[in-house]
Amino acid sequence: MIEIESVTKVYQMGETEVRALNGVDVHIGQGEMTAIMGPSGSGKSTLLAIIGCLDVPTSGGYRLDGENVESMSDDELADIRSRKIGFVFQQFNLLPRATALENVTMPLTYAGVSGKERRARAEEALRKVGLSDRMHHRPNELSGGQQQRVAIARALVNDPAILLADEPTGALDSKTGTEIIRLFQTLHRDYGQTVIYVTHDPFIARHTQRIIRLADGQVISDDRVAEPLEAGAPRPSELALSGSLVVL
Amino acid sequence: MNITENFRIALRALAANKLRSALTMLGIIIGVASVVALMAIGAGATAGITAQVQGIGSNLIIVMPGRLQQGPNRGGMQPAALYYSDYEALAKTLKDVNGVAPSYETQATVVFETRTRSAGVIGITTKYAELRHYDIEQGRFPTPAEQQSGARVAVVGVNVVRDLFGGLNPLGRTIKLNGVPFTVIGVLEEQGSGGFGSADDYVMVPLETGYDKLFGASAVEGGKRKVSNIVISVKDETAVDSVMAQIERTLRRQHKLAPGDEADFLVLSQTQLLDTLSQITAILTAFLGAIAAISLLVGGIGIMNIMLVSVTERTKEIGLRKAVGAKRGAILLQFLVETLVLSLLGGLLGIALGVGIAAAVTATGVITASVTAPSVALAFGFAAAVGVLFGLYPAWRAAQLRPIEALRYE
Ligand SMILES: Nc1ncnc2c1ncn2[C@@H]1O[C@H](COP(=O)(O)OP(=O)(O)OP(=O)(O)O)[C@@H](O)[C@H]1O
Ligand SMILES: [Mg+2]
Repeated sequence: MIEIESVTKVYQMGETEVRALNGVDVHIGQGEMTAIMGPSGSGKSTLLAIIGCLDVPTSGGYRLDGENVESMSDDELADIRSRKIGFVFQQFNLLPRATALENVTMPLTYAGVSGKERRARAEEALRKVGLSDRMHHRPNELSGGQQQRVAIARALVNDPAILLADEPTGALDSKTGTEIIRLFQTLHRDYGQTVIYVTHDPFIARHTQRIIRLADGQVISDDRVAEPLEAGAPRPSELALSGSLVVL
Repeated sequence: MNITENFRIALRALAANKLRSALTMLGIIIGVASVVALMAIGAGATAGITAQVQGIGSNLIIVMPGRLQQGPNRGGMQPAALYYSDYEALAKTLKDVNGVAPSYETQATVVFETRTRSAGVIGITTKYAELRHYDIEQGRFPTPAEQQSGARVAVVGVNVVRDLFGGLNPLGRTIKLNGVPFTVIGVLEEQGSGGFGSADDYVMVPLETGYDKLFGASAVEGGKRKVSNIVISVKDETAVDSVMAQIERTLRRQHKLAPGDEADFLVLSQTQLLDTLSQITAILTAFLGAIAAISLLVGGIGIMNIMLVSVTERTKEIGLRKAVGAKRGAILLQFLVETLVLSLLGGLLGIALGVGIAAAVTATGVITASVTAPSVALAFGFAAAVGVLFGLYPAWRAAQLRPIEALRYE
């Protein structure tokens, strides 16, 4: 259970301050699948980083499963990240000199998982994202989509209750993007994971149950999706092109 | 996460960036090796010189001409001299001594058939050889008869034998000293590479013969024969001071010095020689130490550069590791292990290289370099400290950042 209350995030840029978040209230229940949308610079990445305990708010409160995160020490936050959160970055952030398998194994070493179990779990995570045949490749030997999937496998490997992704499909073609969304939907449905992702694409956003829109660091709308799309559903534009325009 | 785990992560990180690791290690290797080698050379030179002086024996006193003197009645600077008559006076007056013996030393060109080298030539007496503990390895010393008659016989040091005879048996052969033929009758026992000017490089002739046929006019001043030094062996070590006082009195009388005049001769016991030499070797050691310190510094700056250059990359790596759940302690431990491995490995290689250089210097035969434990400890400690400090500091700073800041670091 994520409870964000009147959170602000202010960046001091010399004389001027940038209010990346300006009084945001958001509650997201366990097992919800949510999309965050909004124009560039509206504070989506900032909000996601705070939810993921990678950053702390300038003011306001954040309670995660009843615990006050904003007053936690650095090491306590690391512990929360290790146990509860999987984060997929906009720029992948893989270790360039490590193989896919080593990248995916890394979180497990800090979670105190024994050596034997680690490898099995890392392989399993790579299998889930369909990269069993690329385990020993380094990031520069993988395509952008494959790197993104390694990053997702790394986020999944600790079985986090919350999976956060910053524009996970932004760099991918629509087919690979659909695969990623299918994966998220499966995780959400079969394992009850809370999934929150940022996207600019309204079609991708409609694969969730809920869409939160930000503008200028504030929540401007928070809507339930009446009928979430299934991954693989045709895009409206594709329907239009195929000449069989149907009202959704 | 346990320590072996940490080692594995650290080694993997080092292997992943071989160039950076190698360059860092190079700084440590150069610093450590230069300190170990230079200090070994300094210590070896000190030990060699000291051993040579100690070889003289603790009951030996050496009298040498004083420094350049400026006397109103002498007219300008000129070296004070010691004369054969001084030796005779000492031999007559000194009590509590085993013996008194003079020698005269000069340089000469030594020729055997087609080979030539320059060598020190010492005119000595049997007594002198005895007091200085010169022993014969092969052949014999000149007999008293040969000494009195001015026979042209010579005893040579092993280095001279090696250079001139190249494997031939030198006994009975004729060498020319400044053109004067001498018959080799003995080879001096090897003194070892004690440092500078050991007897191994000398040719010894009877003192009488030297004055008559070899030393020429420069060995005589105002009709008096000069000597280079006079050695006195005291019966009992405890009498050294009183004998030195006797020598002082006798020579002042000989040289007609007024009570206030500065002495124009030096009376040195082994203790005093050691004191003087230890001052010289201390300067030498300090000089070598300074060079070593500079190379350590340069090595340290090298390490620092490599570490700081890779800070951006490492900061991002740290941000990422923190983002996926690494605690600050785990990060610092990883970097500590990494830098320790680098420093220790570099340190060990540096010691090996330093010892190798010391061995190579020893092999040349000039100085017996001896590697000392403190220099190894110092070099190693410094290199490790620099490596760990500059390796750990950026890591420590990055670990203070929130993950999102570290990931965004440029
Ligand atoms: N470290 C920082 N220092 C200063 N300003 C920052 C920093 N991080 C973000 N900002 C500012 O905060 C605002 C929100 O940034 P954020 O990255 O959250 O936007 P976003 O909604 O994710 O945009 P995009 O869709 O382009 O990724 C922007 O105006 C940005 O310039
Ligand atoms: Mg963003």
